[in-house]
Amino acid sequence: MVPISYYLILAAVLFSIGVLSFLLKRNVVTVFMSIELMLNAVNLTFVAFAHRWQAVSPQAVSGQIFVFFVMVVAAAEAAVGLAIIISIFRTRQTLNIDQINLMKN
Amino acid sequence: MQLALFIIFAALAVAGALNFLLQRHPINSALSLVVVMLSLAVLYWSLGAEFLAAAQVIVYSGAVMVLFVFVVMLLNAGEEERTTGSRAAYFAGIPGAAAVFCLLSFVFLSESKTLGSSNLGGYLNDGTVNIVEISKILFTRLLLPFEVTSILILVAILGAVVLARKEPDPKVVTSSTDAAGVIVIKEKV
Repeated sequence: MVPISYYLILAAVLFSIGVLSFLLKRNVVTVFMSIELMLNAVNLTFVAFAHRWQAVSPQAVSGQIFVFFVMVVAAAEAAVGLAIIISIFRTRQTLNIDQINLMKN
Repeated sequence: MQLALFIIFAALAVAGALNFLLQRHPINSALSLVVVMLSLAVLYWSLGAEFLAAAQVIVYSGAVMVLFVFVVMLLNAGEEERTTGSRAAYFAGIPGAAAVFCLLSFVFLSESKTLGSSNLGGYLNDGTVNIVEISKILFTRLLLPFEVTSILILVAILGAVVLARKEPDPKVVTSSTDAAGVIVIKEKV
C-alpha cells in the first residue's frame, strides 16, 4: 500500500528535472528529449489519478486512455521534430541551440 | 512489499533523470532516458495499468528512443559545448523549476489523506483485465478520436519524410533574350 501522493511527488520530481534540463541543455536533440521526460512525468500523474478513480468505480479507465493518446501524439511529435532537427543540421551544420537563431535577427 | 517495489523503481527513475541532466554527451542522456521510461513502465504496472506498461516499453523505449539514438548517431553529435547563451535560463529557470516542484509537492502532501493509497495491481480482480475495459471505451465512445489519431500519424509520417528528404540541387537557370527576341534558357550544370 503506497500512498498515491508518493507517485505524484515522483512525477513532480521528474517534471522539474525535465524543465531544468530543457532550460540548461545546449544540444537541440537533448532539449527535445527533455520534452519527452516531461510528457512521461505527466503520464505518471494521469495513471496515478486513474488508479485513484478506479477505487470509486473499477470500470473507469479514462485516465489511462488519456495516456494512450499522449503516447500517440508524442510519437508523432518525435518523428516530425527529429526531421526538423535533421533539416536544420543540413543547413546550419550545428546542433548548438545558441547558434540556431535564424528567426532572431 | 509494494512500497519496496515503488522505492526501488522510483529511485531508479530519479537517478536516470539526474544522469540525463548531468551527462554532457547526448547518447548518454538518451540511454539514461531509456532507464527512466522502463522504470516508469514498472510503476504503471504496479498501479494496475498493464496495457500502458506494455505500450510504454514498446512505444517509448522501443520506438521513440530508438529514433532519438538514430538521430544522435546520424548527426554525429559530440559533447555539448559549454556556452552560456542564456543567463535568463539560469537566473529564472532554476528557481522557477524549484518553485514548481515545491508547489506541487505541497499540494500533493497536503491532500495526501484524500488521495488515499494504491492497491497493487489495480481494482479489476474479478477475471477482467484492464485492456478489455480500455478497448471497450476506445472502440465505442471514443471511436472518432481513435480514428483521428491514425490520420495524425499518417500526416506525421508524410511531414517527416518531406522535412528530412535531401533536396535535389536546384539547377541554376539563367534566361536571356538573343538578337531575334527569343528567350534562351541556359542551364548551369
